[in-house]
Amino acid sequence: MEIYLPIADLPVNVLVILAMGLAVGFISGMFGIGGGFLMTPLLIFLGISPAVAVASVTGHIAASSMSGAISYWRRRAIDIALCFMLLAGGIIGTAVGVWLFTFLRALGQLDITIGVSYVLLLSIVGALMVAESIRAIVRVRQGKPVDLRRPGSHMWIHGLPFKLRFKRSRIYVSAIPVWGIGFIIGFVGAIMGIGGGFLLVPMLIYLLRVPTGTVIGTSMVLTLVTMASATVMHAATNHLVDALLALILMVGGVTGAQFGARAGQKMRGERLRLLLGLLVLAVGIRFALNLVLTPDSLYSIRPVDTET
Amino acid sequence: MRRLCALAFVLGPILAGAAPASGAGERLVVSLSEHRVMVTSSFVGEELVLFGGVEQEGAPRPPAGGYDIVVTVIGPRQSAVTFRKERMLGIWVNSDSRVFEEAPSYLAVLSNRPLNAVAGSETLRRLQLGLDNIPLPQSASVNISAAGSNDPFRLAFIRIKSDRGLYREVSNGVTFLAPALFRASIPLPAEVQIGTYEVDVRLFADGVALTRAPAPFEVYKSGFEQIVTSAARDHGVLYGLATAMMALATGWFAAVVFRRD
Repeated sequence: MEIYLPIADLPVNVLVILAMGLAVGFISGMFGIGGGFLMTPLLIFLGISPAVAVASVTGHIAASSMSGAISYWRRRAIDIALCFMLLAGGIIGTAVGVWLFTFLRALGQLDITIGVSYVLLLSIVGALMVAESIRAIVRVRQGKPVDLRRPGSHMWIHGLPFKLRFKRSRIYVSAIPVWGIGFIIGFVGAIMGIGGGFLLVPMLIYLLRVPTGTVIGTSMVLTLVTMASATVMHAATNHLVDALLALILMVGGVTGAQFGARAGQKMRGERLRLLLGLLVLAVGIRFALNLVLTPDSLYSIRPVDTET
Repeated sequence: MRRLCALAFVLGPILAGAAPASGAGERLVVSLSEHRVMVTSSFVGEELVLFGGVEQEGAPRPPAGGYDIVVTVIGPRQSAVTFRKERMLGIWVNSDSRVFEEAPSYLAVLSNRPLNAVAGSETLRRLQLGLDNIPLPQSASVNISAAGSNDPFRLAFIRIKSDRGLYREVSNGVTFLAPALFRASIPLPAEVQIGTYEVDVRLFADGVALTRAPAPFEVYKSGFEQIVTSAARDHGVLYGLATAMMALATGWFAAVVFRRD
């Protein structure tokens, strides 16, 4: 069942896109992440240009985090004050990211930037997650309690000024790292077409010491707002959001996410983090190979924009 | 049925003695199966059929070697950059690039036998026939120069376009149904650009170009596809807001439908 995508300007198989949406949605529901870091490469693999893939996936992530955020809202697992502070940084980050995206695309270095960022980010985050979860699993084996929150250990971050109290998360931290984290997530999301959930969750847990109870819900609301605004900004500046592609992805994605969330709740936290870490690491290594191995063709062509 | 209609359309004027195209002795009459190709949501490419006949004043006397036909189809022109990757610090990055100014987005050269059998290389070059002879002016950074046909960027550009089915040279793309009646099929892949396509039909006999006839056609998007494309281009912000709203609605809908508690 082929359908012609109006912005990507090529026909794709609806069932293939739906299946990809379902599969990535399942993973994203299971781990509480957007899944953009998996979806964007898959779309590029199908022949959709990287720029259109990144721009359209933002809409897909907005949809799946919307569905997730609603269920966390019902469970009162969202820290609204923390969300607003992260958002303030996130919107600036997204704007800077979309601007840099346009600039790099004009330079012809967009693909390499996306490629290198993916490799660095995914391998580092993946390796850290694998190491951390293996330590946690070992601790469980030895019969010690798993405790991510170590209130005694204070880092330099906790010495910064402009301290704020976030009631629902029961933390008291400076506004500077909160804005900083928001900025990084917004920036990375706009450039790479990822929600940044797999980055945000560890940063909130390890840097700000946000309790696990509110971290995923808060991260989903942040992802929702940054990705929805990234969709609008990409549409306004690059005109590359394919609404039809995004819609097919969304339908598959939100459905898969619901089943993924159920599967995820049956698994132990540290096992889940190990699996996610391995997945992230695997995608990172795949990208690294792409950059290092000699390509089939040394040449590539791109149309020159005449309208902009 | 469509082909039969086109055939009747072509044969009609020939039999009636109408004289549309110019030429010394011979005249070409050509017609396409469709003049407007619509890109709908189920578009996966299309094949156009071109019919043509050679008309002569007085009694028909085809040359001893028979007629030759070369059909050149040129799609909407668009500038494109060709990048060359080089290894830097162990990774492959785009380093050198060339801009091909106003290069055809689609190019098909169809003939009834190999081009070098139709005419000499000098004639082909002068008439810009074939993938080797089509002008692809490039601008490196400042000067626009028409690089030779063995320039690596030019060869790579043509190869990538050919791999996608957008450039092709088919030496058996034209079939003679009768000594003065021919048919050619123009394959349009799904990736074709929207716009006007120029079709140039040239008649050769014994390596000499006798006459030519144009037969342009247009590729356009259907209602829905066109609405989406122009909305995305002209009303970016509204289009983005609509897409974002669609995302929120889909997410909300899923949360309601799959509600467990």
